[in-house]
Amino acid sequence: MPEITRDEVAHLADLARIDLSDAELDHLAPQLQVILESVASIQGLAGDDVPATSHPLPLTNVFREDVVTPSLTPEQALSGAPAVEEQRFSVPQILGDEQ
Amino acid sequence: MSELIQKTAAELSEALAAGETTSVELTQAHIDRISAVDGDVHAFLHVDTEGALAQAAASDARRADGELLHALDGVPIAVKDVLTTTGLPTTCGSKMLEGWIPPYDATVVTKIKNAGLPILGKTNMDEFAMGSSTEHSAYGPTRNPWKLDRIPGGSGGGSAAAVAAFEAPLALGTDTGGSIRQPGAVTGTVGVKPTYGSVSRYGLVALANSLDQVGPVTRTVLDSALLHELIGGHDPLDSTSTTTPVTGLVDAARQGATGDLKGVKVGVIKELAGEGWAPDVMAKFDESVDLLTKLGAEVVEVSTPSFEHAMAAYYLILPAECSSNLAKFDAMRYGLRVTPDGKTPSAEAVMKASRDAGFGDEVKRRIILGTYALSSGYYDAYYGQAQKIRTLIIEDFKKAFEQVDVLVSPTSPSTAFPLGAKLDDPLAMYMQDLATIPANLAGTPGISVPAGVSDDDGLPVGVQLLAPVLEDARLYRVGAALEAAVGSVLSIDKLEVAR
Repeated sequence: MPEITRDEVAHLADLARIDLSDAELDHLAPQLQVILESVASIQGLAGDDVPATSHPLPLTNVFREDVVTPSLTPEQALSGAPAVEEQRFSVPQILGDEQ
Repeated sequence: MSELIQKTAAELSEALAAGETTSVELTQAHIDRISAVDGDVHAFLHVDTEGALAQAAASDARRADGELLHALDGVPIAVKDVLTTTGLPTTCGSKMLEGWIPPYDATVVTKIKNAGLPILGKTNMDEFAMGSSTEHSAYGPTRNPWKLDRIPGGSGGGSAAAVAAFEAPLALGTDTGGSIRQPGAVTGTVGVKPTYGSVSRYGLVALANSLDQVGPVTRTVLDSALLHELIGGHDPLDSTSTTTPVTGLVDAARQGATGDLKGVKVGVIKELAGEGWAPDVMAKFDESVDLLTKLGAEVVEVSTPSFEHAMAAYYLILPAECSSNLAKFDAMRYGLRVTPDGKTPSAEAVMKASRDAGFGDEVKRRIILGTYALSSGYYDAYYGQAQKIRTLIIEDFKKAFEQVDVLVSPTSPSTAFPLGAKLDDPLAMYMQDLATIPANLAGTPGISVPAGVSDDDGLPVGVQLLAPVLEDARLYRVGAALEAAVGSVLSIDKLEVAR
């Protein structure tokens, strides 16, 4: 099993969009290593003959008639927003300066 | 101290019907109890005194007009803070959602409101339901009312502690890997994880969609049956909701309470005993198995070899689903927004800073673990394998239920451990859910019933019963029989917060 390095945790944190501090990275890497070692026991345990189950019950698509029904008002939908402008969610710039 | 708080929900319902009390009177009695003891227990994150009393007054007015909504109309309830509630904060025990008031109610909340149950408040929990001790709440831990230096279990420690401390007769919890049953076991209360899909998950802030289930936390098996029937049933707002009606549970509980288990076959799970289990827990478990035999049940040993790998599979599937679910906390539409220093930070920089500040250690740990398990190169070895183990566990359950009607094991490997004891050892904490996890992976229902108190530390021990999918009624029949045979475990004078 590959060792999970501090750099790898930093990369994963970047993918997960969490700014981890140096102290958090130092702390997390060895903990994740221990957890991964303990769950590694299942590697190769079930072969190709065992199908994977993603969900305890069989899932089917659920459809409904395409009719208008009551929904949240704009005020309700915006009620928990950190910032609102002109009845819209106000967000920081999406594109960086270099883009 | 009012006698009213010591009555079960079924008894309160009868007292209301007989005109011996009013909903306002008994709701006030519970609010007084919360005021008296919750400073020590910290079961609640938010108490809604005004709202609960208004709902109670409305219930009394309905009763006067002869227009009852449900048998539990007027009986108050506490709600785990992971279920959305209009007009009341929903924080999921996280700084990320501090002060958030949802614009809609969870379906189970709508159901209890429509049945006339006053909502006392929102109960404490491990952040986003990740934990087995309620020590991962961003608002401080809940304490076990039996002994205040002990954990109340998790993640639904608040709901279990509220019921155990006689602050509420009923509570709602959620169970992803045991978060209703394990707190039930360590607080001497009854906790039920219904069949997956039989109770709506709409408005439950998801931890892991394929595992989460809402269920009752109460002091008796009958009370759980009453609440379970109330919250169960199909919900068009939840695409994974089953269409099978949830009925017969109350009847099964009443039948079980007569103490006759003739014709019932009970399987003791071989893999959930022995090494790793505290001797005092095993002693109480063995006593419960003897009681089941005395009640007429045929008890046999059953082997479920794949259960050995359930925890490993769970701790890959759960982080994978939670890392995806918690991506919605992006600081854009709701929740905490932290703007880092700098001229004009990008949305991505704001998102990263907000998620670092808003999430606690355990949440970060699981998001990173899930991101790893789902990443290219590891997916097949970890997540893919875990899903195959899930298949094997479902097959083990099927084979076991060809031999027996219900399965039985201890709920939790130990009694309530001291606060802080496992906080720096995630694996030791995860081990708490060893016995409860297989039911979540397979979607089967489970109940934890008090089995007595440990001879070592005087703290409660729970027994877990498991039944096939949609056969929840079997849990109530056998659970009520066991409860009647074990006798009273939880009483107010045994608690450290008695007065």
